[in-house]
Amino acid sequence: MAGLKQLQIRADLLFHIRRFFRSQGFLDVETPIRIPAPIPEAHIDAVPSLDWYLHTSPESCMKRLLSQGYEKIFQICRVFRAEELGARHLPEFTMLEWYRTDADYNQLMTDCENLLAFCLESMPDRAPLVYQGKRIDASPSWRRESVSDAFRKYAGMSAEEALETDRFDEVMAFEVEPSLGLDPVFLYDYPIKKAALARPKPEDPNLAERFELYIGGMEMANAFSELVDPVVQAERFKMEEEERVLAGKKPYPSNEKFLRALETMPPSAGIALGVDRLAMLFAGAADIAQISAFTPEEL
Amino acid sequence: MINAGELRKNTKLMIEGEPYVMLEVQFVKPGKGVAFYKCKMRNLMTGSLLERTYRSGDTFEPAALEEKKMQYLYAQGDEYYFMDVKTYDQVMLTEEAVGDAKEYLIDNLEMDILFFENKAIGITLPNFVELEVTQADPWVKGDSVAGDSKPVTLQTGMVLQVPPFVEEGTIIQVDTRTGAYVTRVKK
Repeated sequence: MAGLKQLQIRADLLFHIRRFFRSQGFLDVETPIRIPAPIPEAHIDAVPSLDWYLHTSPESCMKRLLSQGYEKIFQICRVFRAEELGARHLPEFTMLEWYRTDADYNQLMTDCENLLAFCLESMPDRAPLVYQGKRIDASPSWRRESVSDAFRKYAGMSAEEALETDRFDEVMAFEVEPSLGLDPVFLYDYPIKKAALARPKPEDPNLAERFELYIGGMEMANAFSELVDPVVQAERFKMEEEERVLAGKKPYPSNEKFLRALETMPPSAGIALGVDRLAMLFAGAADIAQISAFTPEEL
Repeated sequence: MINAGELRKNTKLMIEGEPYVMLEVQFVKPGKGVAFYKCKMRNLMTGSLLERTYRSGDTFEPAALEEKKMQYLYAQGDEYYFMDVKTYDQVMLTEEAVGDAKEYLIDNLEMDILFFENKAIGITLPNFVELEVTQADPWVKGDSVAGDSKPVTLQTGMVLQVPPFVEEGTIIQVDTRTGAYVTRVKK
């Protein structure tokens, strides 16, 4: 359970995140938390609620807003993921998502740098960031490392080799991530198989325009240049669903309205950032429980 | 069956035919990837430690363990004897199997003895045990050098840090899970 100081830091952070996006002309939106069909992702499990589901991310509804003509939107909301509980995971947590039309993932990297700088300026007693006794240099521009370089450098194997032997996630979790260091780093260009909702890279269709942001050694955000081709997206969903079924999971109802919305969705980029982890960083907390009012065990 | 996602501290499960108790489970999940459970376990038969990483979807057999309420009788060399409070049957645990629990064993203390295939293999202590302080330095009021705690020796030989006002002969409550002083007990 968090102390008074930790919840104050969390509250300040939420306040300044909102200020940042509003000052940049983003519309603060709220979309339903309970939805009929979650995005099918092989390794993310939605919590059922009556005959519907609690959302694992506000992604599909926010993209439907983009297809209706909104250009810059953000949302801060609670999301739910079954079975995720650990020092950096809670089954219910706070997600910040923002989307921009006519943008790609490079623009989102700049947004991340600006957002953190804004929060640090607004919370001067938190700057410089010190996490677990070590100072974090958060001054832009942040390091960018491709997934393919990172696999070779830290695991001595190619990402393709790891994928073929079904070791991609394992190598990522136990060899790549622990080697990334504490300063902010963008890990970018994932194999297309590891990016179900991302646009292929024009110059190399085996790669997808996806990045993850790490700060303090923690995964903070996941971003895409969005895939807006409904046919390709439907195929990718099918593959994810097949993987879910193979793992003995129940398939989700198909999300036709979302796929139809892609037909009118302009080229866009979107990102999900874990607010709890950002609060951990600002509060110097090693465990997500330290910046949460209550954890499931305490209820 | 136990799913990897259900593994928690103190979960008891079978690994390669032997019973283990989970000491630590770390949930690791990269991005949108598969979830891993980094586990540290202790073999309940041999006491040896085992580290393994499992992934979501892995399943385990629960360990068929039985617990019986027993009373501590006495120790002889490195053998510790306990008695079933209902049947008066006696069982013996080696010092190795008793482990750190020996710091809390006083006559007639009731606890759960763990059995695997009818063999006693370990102890589950009550969360709180009351022990007498057998040696404590006197506390001099205003002695700022002494700080806010001092070491005392308990009847079992255990040494622990307590607030300075705890005196020789006092009964105190100790949390067996953390080994920390809880409170004085009025007798």
